[in-house]
Amino acid sequence: MNSNGAIRIGFYICHCGTNIAGVIDVDAVAAYAASLPGVVLSRDYKYMCSDPGQDLIAQDIREQGLNRIVVASCSPLLHERTFRGAVERGGLNPFLVHMVNIREHGSWVHEDGGLATTKAMDLVRAAVRRVVHHIPLERSRVPVHPDVLVVGGGIAGIHAALTLAAAGKKVTLVEREPSIGGHMAQFDKTFPTLDCAACILTPKMTAVKAHPNITLWTYSEVTAVKGSVGNFTVTVKRKPRYIREDLCVGCLECIDACIYKDGKFADEFNLGLSKRKPIYVPFPQAVPAVPVVDPEHCVHLKTGKCKDLCVQICAERNAFDFDQQPEFIDITVGAVILATGFTTFDAKRIPYYGYGVYPNVYTALEAERLVNASGPTGGEIVLPDGRAPASVAIVHCVGSRDADYNRWCSRVCCMYSLKLAHLIQEHTKAEIYNFYIDMRSAGKSMEEFYNRVSEEGVHLIRGRVADIYPETANGKDGHIGRVIVQAEDTLIGRIRKIPVDMVILSVGLQPQDDAEDVRRMFNISCSAGGFFLERHPKLAPVNTFTDGIYLAGACQGPKDIPDAVAQAGAAAAEALALIDAGFVELEPNTAYVMEEECSGCKSCIPLCPYSAISFAEDVLKATINAVLCKGCGTCVASCPSASIRQHLFEDAQIFSEIEGLLTHA
Amino acid sequence: MDPHAQASADWRPRIVAFFCNWCTYTAADLAGVSRLKYAPNTRVIRVMCSGRIDPQFVLDAFTRGADGVLIGGCHPGDCHYSEGNMKLLRRVHLLRRLLGDMGIDEQRLRLEWISAAEGEKVKTVVNDMVATLQKLGPLAFPERAAAWDLEMDEFERALAPAAALEEVTHG
Repeated sequence: MNSNGAIRIGFYICHCGTNIAGVIDVDAVAAYAASLPGVVLSRDYKYMCSDPGQDLIAQDIREQGLNRIVVASCSPLLHERTFRGAVERGGLNPFLVHMVNIREHGSWVHEDGGLATTKAMDLVRAAVRRVVHHIPLERSRVPVHPDVLVVGGGIAGIHAALTLAAAGKKVTLVEREPSIGGHMAQFDKTFPTLDCAACILTPKMTAVKAHPNITLWTYSEVTAVKGSVGNFTVTVKRKPRYIREDLCVGCLECIDACIYKDGKFADEFNLGLSKRKPIYVPFPQAVPAVPVVDPEHCVHLKTGKCKDLCVQICAERNAFDFDQQPEFIDITVGAVILATGFTTFDAKRIPYYGYGVYPNVYTALEAERLVNASGPTGGEIVLPDGRAPASVAIVHCVGSRDADYNRWCSRVCCMYSLKLAHLIQEHTKAEIYNFYIDMRSAGKSMEEFYNRVSEEGVHLIRGRVADIYPETANGKDGHIGRVIVQAEDTLIGRIRKIPVDMVILSVGLQPQDDAEDVRRMFNISCSAGGFFLERHPKLAPVNTFTDGIYLAGACQGPKDIPDAVAQAGAAAAEALALIDAGFVELEPNTAYVMEEECSGCKSCIPLCPYSAISFAEDVLKATINAVLCKGCGTCVASCPSASIRQHLFEDAQIFSEIEGLLTHA
Repeated sequence: MDPHAQASADWRPRIVAFFCNWCTYTAADLAGVSRLKYAPNTRVIRVMCSGRIDPQFVLDAFTRGADGVLIGGCHPGDCHYSEGNMKLLRRVHLLRRLLGDMGIDEQRLRLEWISAAEGEKVKTVVNDMVATLQKLGPLAFPERAAAWDLEMDEFERALAPAAALEEVTHG
């Protein structure tokens, strides 16, 4: 390695096809770089990140004795790793390269080629001055704990957990509801194949419970996360069910025995369309099949005075424990998969659709429960007055593609609306009117399904619904009056007012209400809409900016079941790759103390969020534990005697960058 | 406009920007990926955390000829390193007072919280800062410092006989 002695800088500028070269005069920048002190070689190339581009660097290092490299191309967040690899293959320490971002911060954001070229030259000058101060560094390795945490027990979390468990990894699956299954468990049939959701989901749910490698904690939530890639300590709160999971056999006789003869409280799983008792399972196929006692309504828990018929029937199994308290358990894992899912748009936010005002206006999720054979009506589509509707309007894009609400397309609504149209027509023979803005049926077999439904005689009206209002008042006998759905049919250019018995609002998908809290807890980022942000939209779609934390399912953005499952598999594979490597290499950008200059003032110690700085009482100096240091550099900037430094972000490097930016050659 | 500033027609404000790796630098990358267009006046120096930004970096940038310094970090509560951005905020408050004493308009140092999702904010902040600096005119700190040095030299020359006398007295 020739990193000492005379500085010999190799400079490379990438055309990136025309992405850079179309705006920035790469020849001029290359010629300019060649004139800078220390630069012994300057080249431009069509695609620096390609194999030949990388080989060029490696070969030049060997043949020209280069000992510093500057690459002007795209963002270091995209290709720093690539070029460090190329430099390493050339036999040089990988940290002797510095990248100049002239694409994301240059050609893509500036229209004036001349000014963008000047900016590129300034940045190159700064980098050339900076790289002189680079020194060889070594990466340290930390072992990776082999267990994985999966947060969220919907179809994505279930699939990720099963995949990891099948690979022999120990998985803890945490779900906040009393059962796993997520939204998919609420659906009736799934588009476009119309296979029943429960038939394909419940075997996977049972497999989770049965798998020896999976610890399933339902009715539990993550409350704190510490540590970093390879070694996270996660605190899980297990809420009291008042029934011991280890003793309950799932006979559910206690539910029948409850002193409430009938359900009295809104059933969450059926979205309030039916009533449950204070002791319940969310749905018959719930996993685990262990009831939950609702402390808000249970007579024993509220008053202490109850016949406790449930306890009596449980008898010698003795699974009841009314003294249960929330339990906080710490677990250690090497990787985390977040599969926390989505919530649906609150249709009440759009007042002119009358949700919550007119009793015959439903959301799509409510409609799913109504058509579901195990739903509150046993699969009968009926209005609150008991009649089957003779006409049904299905309103697409409720809360989606709307500047006033959510701007994004929720991706699944067109297809589930068509599915509901098909199912309701099949169940009731009603006239169905689907009001859509654009029919989005991309994906395998989707367009075919759309054609099928349109051939079945469903009325497809291209127009956004502007108003929903009553045609006739509700009868005194409980008869529910029709409502008129008004929209401009944009294909015929006419306003249409269609009276219907029932309206279904196809509500869009949006981030969970507490997505922001989850995001903060796991220290990841969100996209503009509030969905969790992937590391790269194309090349790292399940990674986050926090190493060791992966995304699966709709928490990352609206997606259908096949995509959620595919992403869950990908997230599991990423976690496996991390775990099976056995260790992670840490960026060597840690802080270190120049002991002879440290005055022992201790002002740095409370600044460190990782408690990486301690005070060595024997020498009265601060010392930094490099394994704990995450490399933020806050202590470096705060040290009054400038005795703390940071690898890769040395004062000398940053000052020379500033100088380079502002010094016109 | 500042009396020292003699902006020529083709003068363009020069902004040195310090962006944290996780939020603002990523947001600037996002602005690029989204092909947003903004003024080409900034030159970004990437740091891992805004907490790494030493007040001396800012002073150095001004003394070397920057017309403005832009600092971008994660929103409060969102710092990748928990609260480096808040440590920086304390320094910026102090730094602003110091800059005032140095005759540098407060608006020349701008601190913005820009999350990884806010590519649009990078664009608006940069454009807005360029417009502000256009109004303020060149800072021309190196030239001003040179003028001060000349003044000091003259002052010392004027005092020279007295100073020499004093030296003798106290010798």
